[in-house]
Amino acid sequence: MWKLFATFFKVGATTFGGGHAMVPIIHREVVDAHGWLTNEEMVDIIAIAEITPGPVAVNTATFVGYKKAGVVGSVVATAGVVLPSFLVILAIVSFFLKVENSPVVAAIFKGMRPTILALVAWAAARIAKVTVKDGFTVAVCGAALLLVLVVKLHPIGVIALSALAGLVRSMLTRKGEGEAQ
Amino acid sequence: MIFSLFGTFFLIGLFTFGGGYAMLPLIQKEVVVSHQWLTMTEFIDVVGIAEITPGPIAINTATFVGYKMAGVLGSAAATLGVVLPSLIVIVLIAAVFVKVRDNPYVEAAFSGMRPAVAALIASAAINILPSSVVDVKGAAIAVASFALLRFTKVSPILLLLLSGVLGALIY
Repeated sequence: MWKLFATFFKVGATTFGGGHAMVPIIHREVVDAHGWLTNEEMVDIIAIAEITPGPVAVNTATFVGYKKAGVVGSVVATAGVVLPSFLVILAIVSFFLKVENSPVVAAIFKGMRPTILALVAWAAARIAKVTVKDGFTVAVCGAALLLVLVVKLHPIGVIALSALAGLVRSMLTRKGEGEAQ
Repeated sequence: MIFSLFGTFFLIGLFTFGGGYAMLPLIQKEVVVSHQWLTMTEFIDVVGIAEITPGPIAINTATFVGYKMAGVLGSAAATLGVVLPSLIVIVLIAAVFVKVRDNPYVEAAFSGMRPAVAALIASAAINILPSSVVDVKGAAIAVASFALLRFTKVSPILLLLLSGVLGALIY
């Protein structure tokens, strides 16, 4: 159990940037270094971690922890992967809140903000490139944009509606195939 | 406040599909617009800090907001809130052996959700545009950064730190 915690603590402490960067590291640790799971099991877990809510890195940790040691394992692994960043942020944030109005810090962030914008825009572009590729997905993407920006619908509402749209479409296409037969 | 932090981030954690960045539009709506716990500018800064610190960007943002609103207890509440939904869902799935992989209904729902997530993240970018690009220099930095991200393998963290240094120099 301790090894579970320590391994995920190490992963959580050493991975910077997007959570997706953490996944191959977890894979390496779990499959190669410790042999807790096979390659196939790990691939399965990662696939499920992508579709369950929450960051994929945390989900992967949770799942591996469960497979290894039940509910307690999942809690331990999750705590391990979350704790380092939790502690680091705590250490930084009170300092940041104190200095955020100093001219130097303000200037630094003024320079950083356009880059942050670029990062978010790039994330959107990356995902769009992979997911928006036919009439249906273009329509959903466009509708989602309209709903959230113009109608000011809550993103949760947009997500729910888009899931529904996907379900309805699959039902309609399957129905169509059934009738064609 | 503690309860509100926990509840809000629980909701955010519950509906984040498709990667950590997908949490940003949700946090934007709940934390900046609805509860006004952060200004849009502060939100942008938090995202930046969350990007350069270890850990998933989504978790870091929760921790930060929680601390700002209610100290250590608040950060614990927010972080716990955002992590709990996925913990519960995954344990349920694993324990009950619910088949989610290659499940046609799940696939179908996600076929709709994925393009929507792209749109939502794009909307988050659009929403932070006025607060992040305030002058021509900023616009130049934004465009250059995007180009570098798009066409090179530059590390986002390096890019952020460089732009911070640039900011200190030109502002």
